[in-house]
Amino acid sequence: MKEFLAFVKKEFRHILRDKRTMLIVLIMPIVQMILFGYAVRTEIEHARVDVVGDLTDPAVRKIVDRIDNNRYLDINEILPSVSMIPSRFEKNAADVVVCFGQDFGPELKKTGKGSVKIIGDGSDPNSAQMIVNYVTGVIRSEQTEISAALSGESSSGFSPSIQLMYNPAMKSSYNFVPGVMGLIMMIICSMMTSVSIVREKETGTMELLLVSPVKPIWIIISKALPYLIVSTINFITILLLSRYMMGVPIRGSLLLLSGVAVLFVFTSLSLGLLISIVASTQKSALLLSGMGLMMPTVLLSGIIFPCENMPGILQALSHLIPAKWFIIMVKKIMIQGAGFPYIIKEFSILAGMTAFLLTVSVKKFRIRL
Amino acid sequence: MNAIEVHDLSKSYGKVRALSGISLEVENGEIFGLIGPDGAGKTTLFRILTTLLLADEGSASVNGLDVKKDYAAIRRQIGYMPGRFSLYQDLSVEENLEFFATVFGTTVEENYDVIKDIYSQIEPFKERRAGALSGGMKQKLALSCALVHKPSVLFLDEPTTGVDAVSRKDFWNMLARIKASGVTVFVSTPYMDEASLCDRVALIMHGKIIDSGTPAGIVAKYPYTLLSAKGTPMYPLLKYLRGKEGVINCFSFGAEHHLAIDSSVTDARKILSDMTEAGFKDCDVHRISPGIEDCFMNLAGENVRK
Repeated sequence: MKEFLAFVKKEFRHILRDKRTMLIVLIMPIVQMILFGYAVRTEIEHARVDVVGDLTDPAVRKIVDRIDNNRYLDINEILPSVSMIPSRFEKNAADVVVCFGQDFGPELKKTGKGSVKIIGDGSDPNSAQMIVNYVTGVIRSEQTEISAALSGESSSGFSPSIQLMYNPAMKSSYNFVPGVMGLIMMIICSMMTSVSIVREKETGTMELLLVSPVKPIWIIISKALPYLIVSTINFITILLLSRYMMGVPIRGSLLLLSGVAVLFVFTSLSLGLLISIVASTQKSALLLSGMGLMMPTVLLSGIIFPCENMPGILQALSHLIPAKWFIIMVKKIMIQGAGFPYIIKEFSILAGMTAFLLTVSVKKFRIRL
Repeated sequence: MNAIEVHDLSKSYGKVRALSGISLEVENGEIFGLIGPDGAGKTTLFRILTTLLLADEGSASVNGLDVKKDYAAIRRQIGYMPGRFSLYQDLSVEENLEFFATVFGTTVEENYDVIKDIYSQIEPFKERRAGALSGGMKQKLALSCALVHKPSVLFLDEPTTGVDAVSRKDFWNMLARIKASGVTVFVSTPYMDEASLCDRVALIMHGKIIDSGTPAGIVAKYPYTLLSAKGTPMYPLLKYLRGKEGVINCFSFGAEHHLAIDSSVTDARKILSDMTEAGFKDCDVHRISPGIEDCFMNLAGENVRK
């Protein structure tokens, strides 16, 4: 026991003396949260709408006012002619242009048909699609009103009212908070643990530790313990930031969430251990955890690209990513407020993976060089 | 019972044969030197004896314990100082020592008398990080760490490589004192001149022991008359001497050449006059008594011929 404590003390000294790494490790989650929260957001706000059309026409006027009143859209400029549209997009002065046909109002009154064209800047397809959808929505609601007025009935047909139960405002933070949590814990636990074990191999101190009477399992545990604490701090930081800065609710039980996080930490630790067994230099450990863990985690766990849209083979591959199951569980607990019975499938899968990885890596951990 | 016994030990790394059929015995309480050039297999033998590697064939024991079966027991009884400086650079001198003491189940205070001689020299710098120590001080710290748990057998793998001449001398004095306290010391070195400081030595080359015994015994077995020759230019002289009748072998030793001769065919005077005749300047030839290095070169040459 005294031997073990000496090991733990030593590990803490290593970490605390390496101030730069420590700082990075503690600040990384904050930076990632802020980055994802403010820079890489996917929702649209204040999209700039240009208009081509006759503003003296009351029908046009009404639609334009309606667009301007929409909280996601702002009327930007009235263009005299369609030929100016390309240069507006090129200068990045507008996000979308709405073109009304000549004599829009009179035509509408006479024939009941008006022509409106929406031209989006498609160079960023995702946001273009969203903006166009917003504009279409506004015009459609105007259309139902007009057709109601024309036909003289109070309402004809129906329009669905849509509500997203757990994320009514469509905030992207609901998606990335669990993702960042998974990513950070993965990095801290796998990368840092594997690097710290491999460093001992590289500097030759592992030779001395192996010659000592201390059992290898204690060496492993003492290596993992400090990072367990660091990831706990990170977990708390992320939760606080997501709750108070991003306004992401924690609807489920905090205890359950912490339990799931601890399980995931063990998964990551065993992955890190596995890497440290395979790698013989710090560089290869970094590369292995970077390319072998981080990349698949970012790409396949559903943080950025939804798993449902992937081709079959990638979807199958994504099942092997532990972070995917963790992220699903966190989403269910935090955002849906689900209890344990609702995450039992994901929990068992992750627990099974962890048990497998841990046995393999502890078994393979060499008692000799 | 011998402190270390090795029988027919072999170890290969893939196609490279690091050790082939090595046998040796180290008696209790002696300084035993394993002497050979880089790549001879010294570190491999050390790692097998310290239970860090498994041999392919043969058996080895330390304090009567088998290196494969009883590795855990051996690890408690030995001290090991690997070839590279392998302590924690970011921990201070004191922290390193304390850590290794605790890991081996003891404390610095308990065994202070064992390391006092060595540790007292670096104690003034105990707050300093190990990474900021000079080469000689690092070596003393490493030795303190290897000794702090009172091992009965001390394994030192090339402890003097990369250390200055004064520190090297210092270090061997320390080894003599460690030996006096009853510890068996098994040390490897590529420096032939350190052989005479050991009680017994084994010469190793290409994974084979080419000779072993006391340094004096090995030197006494040298079979030829040995001459030292000087002259300018040096390199053509070496080639010239190697081609001469009666010269068995000739090797360059710093500023002079050592040549083994068949004394029934030639002698120092004849070689000197031949050299002068052949146009070499500042010539000098005289008889010398062989050192370990001469024996090594001779034995290594024989081995290659065989």
